[in-house]
Amino acid sequence: MSTTEMTRSDLAAITLEEASAFIWREAELLDRQDYKAWLPLFTPEGLYVIPIEREAEDRAGELNIAYDDAEMRAMRVKRLKSGFSISSAPSARTVRTTSRFVLEEAPDGGVLVRCAQMLVEYKFERTRVIGADVTYHLVRTGEGLRMARKEILLLNSDDPLWGIGYLF
Amino acid sequence: MDMPTDMTRAHEDYASLVQDDRVHTSLYKDPAIFDEEMERIFKNTWVWVAHASEVPGRNTFKKSFVGKQPVIVTRDKEEKIHVLLNRCRHRAATVCEKKAGKTSVFVCPYHGWSYNLDGKLRSVPHASVYGEDFDKDEFPLVSLRTEQYNGMIFATFRDDIEPLEDFLGSAKKWIDLFMKQGAGYPVKTLGEHQFRFPGNWKIQLENTTDAYHFPIVHKTFLDSLDAETGNVFDVLGRGGWVEDLGHGHSVMVMMPELVDLEENLEAPIPERFADLAEELRGEGYSDHEVRRIVRAVGGGGFNLNLFPNVACSMAFFRVLRPVSVDETEIRHIAIGMDGGPEAGNRMRLRLHEHFQGPMGFGSPDDAEGWERVQRGSAAGDDLWILVNRGQAPIIGHAAGDHVTDVSAETGMRAAYQEWKRMMSA
Repeated sequence: MSTTEMTRSDLAAITLEEASAFIWREAELLDRQDYKAWLPLFTPEGLYVIPIEREAEDRAGELNIAYDDAEMRAMRVKRLKSGFSISSAPSARTVRTTSRFVLEEAPDGGVLVRCAQMLVEYKFERTRVIGADVTYHLVRTGEGLRMARKEILLLNSDDPLWGIGYLF
Repeated sequence: MDMPTDMTRAHEDYASLVQDDRVHTSLYKDPAIFDEEMERIFKNTWVWVAHASEVPGRNTFKKSFVGKQPVIVTRDKEEKIHVLLNRCRHRAATVCEKKAGKTSVFVCPYHGWSYNLDGKLRSVPHASVYGEDFDKDEFPLVSLRTEQYNGMIFATFRDDIEPLEDFLGSAKKWIDLFMKQGAGYPVKTLGEHQFRFPGNWKIQLENTTDAYHFPIVHKTFLDSLDAETGNVFDVLGRGGWVEDLGHGHSVMVMMPELVDLEENLEAPIPERFADLAEELRGEGYSDHEVRRIVRAVGGGGFNLNLFPNVACSMAFFRVLRPVSVDETEIRHIAIGMDGGPEAGNRMRLRLHEHFQGPMGFGSPDDAEGWERVQRGSAAGDDLWILVNRGQAPIIGHAAGDHVTDVSAETGMRAAYQEWKRMMSA
């Protein structure tokens, strides 16, 4: 991003094109498991949340599958890339697509993007499909778009899952 | 899958599959054995179905299982707990498909038969066609014998086995210790992680008192802890032990200093709880209360394994449900303080998420390890599973002259001896 763009972009609304490009790039990073490149895509206070309960009330006051701040995300990535976690060395392979984007302005000038994600995982000759509603809270920073929050509501969040050794 | 009875084994054959120090591989993979286990074990003993806080008031319910049979745990309008088969007495439809909630009646969706929460058949649409001799009292939801101990609700198909308290026996003391995590408040459930793994239920049963795997399988969890907490989780190096409690139950103590959470309150508050302690002080809790709550929030130092399907595992309930010979469902139920400080319960939730569940730093590696056991058991039909580690008691241990090393397979041997007794009875 050029300096002139950065100056202009400080106040510019985030467009669907920018948001979808960001989300697709993120999806590709996750499928390649380039988690070190994924971590800086969050704001320092950003949250990565995978809830269990279908209705959002107070995610912090509920049990979640993951409720990660920056420190937990960094530890999680370290764990997944360490080679010592049997569920992630190797993990299932994944391919995901993201679509059905709906943008809504966020009070802080960023956007909330609600979208659908279809992820296929494969390990031990077993293929599984997981659908999810994903909500991104994106904000514009001097370094480009960043996630203030990413919340992944799996289609079967409140029913039995299985050991998952990769990131959504 | 039901096997014809002439294909099932004689009782003495089951006995030969469990020796004092090993069990036969067929216990993991023979569907006929699995079917017999559902009959001879899960229909013949006390099976855990719920915690009392999951049916928190009058007219509440939650779904559960006894073995393979779906049940509803209810608290009726007189606050009495019932465990009912989830099957309409008319043509078998389930009468409840909601996980939990509040209602005063279950209405079968098929023909509208309705039942009270105590199981009584309340009304039948167009009853007159049945004729005058139709007696509603003959068709309640089937109610299982139900008893509870310290909030843990168990049910059984058998009316003639020992009372629950006798079944629990010396495990009761450990349940009481476990419930000290309420810090003086009643213990309540805070939510649950659910996951399945493609493997036999006994592989998970074994794991709850298996300290031997911990530093290997959970290396990445241990690496994520601060030095002080990592030291607490040095489970093989803290003088712990494993103890056979009878009836297939066992306890594995990994952190002896965290057995009784009401002791050692004067010990320094660990660094990772400093912020919580500060927040509690700010809310007006006394120094004693702060210490008691903080220590409870950190969780217990032992795993109590109750045969056949539940464990009080450090800071949560671990419940297994056999689905098929090579499929098992696990629930890790978080617990906290009912009426206690929100900050404390929030921290318990975050600690639970750290290790447990489909994406915790611990459970996925456990599940992968168990699946590997099931996959490996496809090889070597004539081989045995070794559970011979640490048979000799530790001489001079403070816990008594009967306890074995913390990494001993004593808990597994205890469970398999109970398995053998029930399968060959």
